[in-house]
Amino acid sequence: MLYVVIIFLWTSILLYLLLGGADYGAGIIELFTSKGNKEITRKTLYSAIGPIWEANHMWLIIAIVILFVGFPVIYSTMSVNLHIPLTVMLLGIIARGTAFTFRHYDAVVDDMQHVYNSIFAISSFITPLFLGIIAGSAVSGHIDPQADTFLSAYIFSWLHWFSVSVGLFTVAICGFLASVYLIGETKNEHDRLRFAHKAQFFNIAAVICGVLVFTAAYVEHIPLMEWVFGNWIGRIAIVSATLSLIWMWSLLYQGKIALLRPLAGFQVTMILLTTTYRHFPNIVILKGGGYLSLLEHSGQEKTMQALGLALLLGSVFILPALFYLIYSFQKKPLEADSVSH
Amino acid sequence: MNDFIAARSQMALSLGFHIVFSCIGMVMPFFMAVAHYYWLKTDQIVYKNVTKAWSKGVAIFFATGAVSGTVLSFELGLLWPGFMKHAGPIFGMPFSLEGTAFFIEAIALGFFLYGWDRFNKWFHWFTGVIVGVSGLASGILVVAANAWMNSPAGFDHVNGQYLNIDPIKAMFNDAWFSQALHMTIAAFVATGFAVAGVHALMILKGKNVLFHTKSFTIAAMFGCVAALLQPLSGDISAKDVAIRQPAKLAAMEAHFHTEKSASLVVGGIPDVENKKVDYAIKLPGFLSFLAHGDFESEVTGLDKIAPENHPPVAITHYAFQIMVGMGMAMMLVSVLYFLALWKQKHWLTSTWLLKLFVAATPLGFIAVEAGWTVTEVGRQPWIIYGVMRTADAVTPMPGIAYSFYLFTAVYASLAVIVIFMLYRQIKMVGQLYDKA
Repeated sequence: MLYVVIIFLWTSILLYLLLGGADYGAGIIELFTSKGNKEITRKTLYSAIGPIWEANHMWLIIAIVILFVGFPVIYSTMSVNLHIPLTVMLLGIIARGTAFTFRHYDAVVDDMQHVYNSIFAISSFITPLFLGIIAGSAVSGHIDPQADTFLSAYIFSWLHWFSVSVGLFTVAICGFLASVYLIGETKNEHDRLRFAHKAQFFNIAAVICGVLVFTAAYVEHIPLMEWVFGNWIGRIAIVSATLSLIWMWSLLYQGKIALLRPLAGFQVTMILLTTTYRHFPNIVILKGGGYLSLLEHSGQEKTMQALGLALLLGSVFILPALFYLIYSFQKKPLEADSVSH
Repeated sequence: MNDFIAARSQMALSLGFHIVFSCIGMVMPFFMAVAHYYWLKTDQIVYKNVTKAWSKGVAIFFATGAVSGTVLSFELGLLWPGFMKHAGPIFGMPFSLEGTAFFIEAIALGFFLYGWDRFNKWFHWFTGVIVGVSGLASGILVVAANAWMNSPAGFDHVNGQYLNIDPIKAMFNDAWFSQALHMTIAAFVATGFAVAGVHALMILKGKNVLFHTKSFTIAAMFGCVAALLQPLSGDISAKDVAIRQPAKLAAMEAHFHTEKSASLVVGGIPDVENKKVDYAIKLPGFLSFLAHGDFESEVTGLDKIAPENHPPVAITHYAFQIMVGMGMAMMLVSVLYFLALWKQKHWLTSTWLLKLFVAATPLGFIAVEAGWTVTEVGRQPWIIYGVMRTADAVTPMPGIAYSFYLFTAVYASLAVIVIFMLYRQIKMVGQLYDKA
């Protein structure tokens, strides 16, 4: 049952990265869009994610609940040492979620829309940045349970080049996912081209940030190279991700868009797989070589059994309903006009 | 402000903020389902308009409730890591189920909000009901987790170790039923009165009278029935607390001395130093009756409880008085409303009854906040009653006061924006929802 719980944890993180990530990415695109094009971006975004956007963010809740029920030591250690980035991330989640809803449901359309829009776009950037920083910090070996100064315990646990690079990389990935996702939602060649350019932009950004991540890892003595390339799974995943990326771009230039989304999703899945596979089951790596392991720091057996059953039971209800929701709105998308005022 | 007080204040603020949104999120779907049902059955367009207008409000409240709830799931660890390290695996069961319920709610809300003219109309109606049912289930599960803190179960606490964990037993602890029942009814009272009050005001102003009358009737009906039921569930809760948490009951009633046929203390100013209550109305024997169903029975006072385990008496007492006072007031309004419906039809068209409802708009939510103050402050100094002290659970990180100020600023601005948006929704009813 422990492995069932771990699979659920990994899958919720993956789905959050893919679905929540695309969702954040849509806001990031807005941030990087010229003024004249913002409105069409917004409408495409809304008709694409309106009905499912609340559901996209549920994966984070599922992941966090799994962590605090099943792996309380890991949850509380991260909560203590990464208090500050977690708080920033939470503020980002609050700002973004409310701004998204407010801008759509405000009964009067006036200058307040500008306020909602800027809050939405900025928090769409900050939240995944800090999610990435948190993920990077967890494996960076900078968390020091023995730290005795404020700076070393609560600041340098997360503020270093590696984590910040992972944060930026996460932002780029989100922007990439969203651009590819939105290509499939466009109605004409002009918009399609616009989002294709965005995808290109974020693809290049992701590559640059990726180089940054590896450089920072090298400088800070984090064995990232070894984690990624030191085993067959990692090598196969990286090669297949690269091939699928090339394939994706050639399809895009031929104007074939059906396979774009699965391919982008596949690439991100492979990235998550390579970066988590090698140091599994150690989800948090501490300063001085200690670690927190999913296998050794799990709750007692009865807890894991109950948690696993609850998750299995939950997915019986959630998955069909979620698929039907996505399917219905894919089959007959919302009219862009019906979602604007 | 020291870090411990700051952490408690931040938690109180976050819970106090979230509770308003979750109450509305779990109750409004039922109001909508009723209006929606009338629309499908009677074809009166006004019911469709009411449903649509309410659903906009619900979307705003749901989104705010969802993010403030996400914040809470992190704050448990950010503020109380010592608690979560041990409690997570024990009382986590309701949270893992709540995750599912909440997820279903979000999916159903997607169907409901965006599903007009898209699905079979009864399927669409049904998704609205699912929003309500899963919201209610979420609420009950979270309250069950809180009940565990008041009534720990499902583990053995041996030499600081938490052994033989049984998450199912923990979930069905002794307090879960009484707390969940009291809170569920409270959510209906609070939301019913708040919504009815707003619509009553609009009727008084003479705007879109038919629209607001239909809305008012649905909300008032729910609120008033719940307000009449609430004293019964309150009685169950009181008797339960008397047995499980005598210190909390003693603080609620500022009951300093253990005695037989104890008096019910109404109002007054507790004087903790001299162990007495000034300016209070005392009803002899009624506390014994309330606590144990017998006017002669003995009620444990704070003198039987070690001083280091006393909860703050004044806050708990005042909060309890406020909750009961508000509850009584709403019960009275409910009685008048039902009298009007059955015997005195002309009351319904007179302004005084509507004005009464307008005045009662915030009472339910004040009672909810006061009630949670009783539960949480009355449990102090414990975070897990009798097992772990709140002070031992707090985060070691210094500077929590700044975090508290930050969250206060954020929640205050959010509250202002939500009220502002609600004001705009109501102002625009004539243009957007009820054009006639």
